[in-house]
Amino acid sequence: MARTTLTRTVLAAVSAASLFALGACSSDAGNEPAGGGDTVAADDGVITLGFSQVGAESGWRAANTKSIQDTLTAENGFDLKFSDAQQKQENQIQAIRSYITQGVDVIAFSPVVETGWDAVLQEAKAAGIPVILTDRAVDSSDETLYESFIGSDFVLEGEMAGEWVAEQYDGEGYKAVELQGTTGAAPAIDRKEGFASAIEGTDIELIDSQTGNFTRAEGKTVMEGFLNAHDDIDLVFAHNDDMGLGAIEAIEAAGLTPGEDIKIVTIDAVKDGMQALADGKINYIVECNPLLGPDLADIAKKVLAGEEVEKRIVVKDEAFDQAAAKEALPTREY
Amino acid sequence: MRDVLRHHLFWPVAALVALLVANTVARPSFLAVTVRDGHLFGAPIDILRTTAPLLLVALGMTLVIATRGIDLSVGAVVAVSGAVALSHIASSPNPDSPVTVLTAIALALVLCLLLGVWNGFLVSVLGIQPIIATLILMTAGRGVAMLITGGMITTVNSAPFKVLGSGFWLGLPTAAVLAFGVFAVVAFVVRRTALGMLLEATGINPAASRLSGVRSRTLTWTVYAASGLFAGLAGLLISADTMAADANNAGLFIELDAILAVVIGGTALSGGKFNLSGTLVGALVIATLERTVTVLGISPLVTPLFMALVVIAVTLLQSPRMRERLTAARRRQVMAPAEPPSTARPDSTPDSTEVKA
Repeated sequence: MARTTLTRTVLAAVSAASLFALGACSSDAGNEPAGGGDTVAADDGVITLGFSQVGAESGWRAANTKSIQDTLTAENGFDLKFSDAQQKQENQIQAIRSYITQGVDVIAFSPVVETGWDAVLQEAKAAGIPVILTDRAVDSSDETLYESFIGSDFVLEGEMAGEWVAEQYDGEGYKAVELQGTTGAAPAIDRKEGFASAIEGTDIELIDSQTGNFTRAEGKTVMEGFLNAHDDIDLVFAHNDDMGLGAIEAIEAAGLTPGEDIKIVTIDAVKDGMQALADGKINYIVECNPLLGPDLADIAKKVLAGEEVEKRIVVKDEAFDQAAAKEALPTREY
Repeated sequence: MRDVLRHHLFWPVAALVALLVANTVARPSFLAVTVRDGHLFGAPIDILRTTAPLLLVALGMTLVIATRGIDLSVGAVVAVSGAVALSHIASSPNPDSPVTVLTAIALALVLCLLLGVWNGFLVSVLGIQPIIATLILMTAGRGVAMLITGGMITTVNSAPFKVLGSGFWLGLPTAAVLAFGVFAVVAFVVRRTALGMLLEATGINPAASRLSGVRSRTLTWTVYAASGLFAGLAGLLISADTMAADANNAGLFIELDAILAVVIGGTALSGGKFNLSGTLVGALVIATLERTVTVLGISPLVTPLFMALVVIAVTLLQSPRMRERLTAARRRQVMAPAEPPSTARPDSTPDSTEVKA
């Protein structure tokens, strides 16, 4: 009897351990490459950079991740420690803390939400590790907590989208709905604000606004709800392409033609979005450039060399209508 | 009337009706179903379709809970299923071929069945507590899905696969037809044979049922395998809905929604007696609740609070102790008019106000 119990316990332990190991090696793959923690930049010229990504919530994010991983390579003099926060702030704080303990040279991250970073950034500052923000900003009164913020101007993106809508459809009494990004995230707050200010004074009315959490699945369900709740939607403004693509599915399922019966305007310009724009299912896309890798590499080197860097580096964004999308599509990088 | 009130499905159905009424008040044409392009269209049809994955997961969960277990790994299995199917389709040279899609579906379902078998092995053979045994896969499963998709959201364009998510069969959404079909088959098998009774026996007292000749170990093993398989099917429906496999977010918290659906349906987490029709109503309540949030235009900031309040109300109304109190209070109210109306009722307790509130 005792033997059976022992066998069982051992079997259970082994099986549990093997599964955990499986999970661990996949989710933390880039997190802790063997023994890279103690490398010091000055010694070998290799810059150890800890990067905490938001997650893999959209095509944009995938392109952003790829750009960073492709630029910060060993050939370019970087040792990249990459971790995925799965859209949770606590995961990001944990990742940043672990980078601090490992003593990396630079920490870079895209904050999931705007607030709540002061404590962990103070810790980084106390440890003398410079912090660079990419893509999203933090809302803190103390600007010395980070060296630089590289990313697009989200308010401007919202304005560009709103201005195009105002230009095209003002005077037709359009009713618009909005698919917001993750509640509390900088791009969601800023794009909403920019769009609202741009359509102010026109007869375009924003009749409903809900969060689709930047994902396709939620964009689709929320759009279905909008179609149930309102008869007369003329336009959808989605804070990213993926939610717009979800909305296309919902609109098609409702027997309507996206791009014709209901106009769609989105932000990001990732590949799937551009394809839908070229196919006439989306009407206008404001680009949000995800290729932040080269800028990040550049700023990280400058910061470590003790050079002055600009607090705010704005990435230039373009905008595409359907004709421009057809032209641009074959040569797009992402 | 009393029999209706006492029926185990009364409160869940009442909640469902109340939600539908609220939607109809906010939006009079809510229940209207029209025919467009040869298939049915309308909010009720949307609800049937969005219920489909949850119904499948909750179905497996009910059977597992009946044996006194719980399966926390279903969300992760959903993610694995989508990841396997879409990765296979994406890597195939011909994503539009039915053969590719069928192979992808078969691969995903077989793997999910194996994951279920794994859970069953841990619980029934090794005797590990179900919550711990399935927690292993809950944590590790998403990692496995991430490994399969390489941390990216895999998207595909494949017409035959899309049918699963947004296609129609006989005018109804394919997803709904599949889920409700599976549900009907399982309900039939469980309730028209002795299987259901044996499951309940296992849940009520595993030792006693084993001693009286019930093969509880095999039964337990089977329900976990079934739960894995159903979660896999749900994962296919979810990924076909958006044609994307998102290892992080696909089926996130669906295990909790499924447990909630089971509980709303009146099955106790302590195992034993279970109630498949209740689970069906529970799943519909949750899907309708999600739709209600958009239709009523509730701000995203208070959505979780609103949903929590509704769920609290339903579970309170269902709890036997709460019901006893309500009945007692009602009795007092019925008896009260016999007394002179001018005198304050001495037996008036806070309970009687709860009825009005």
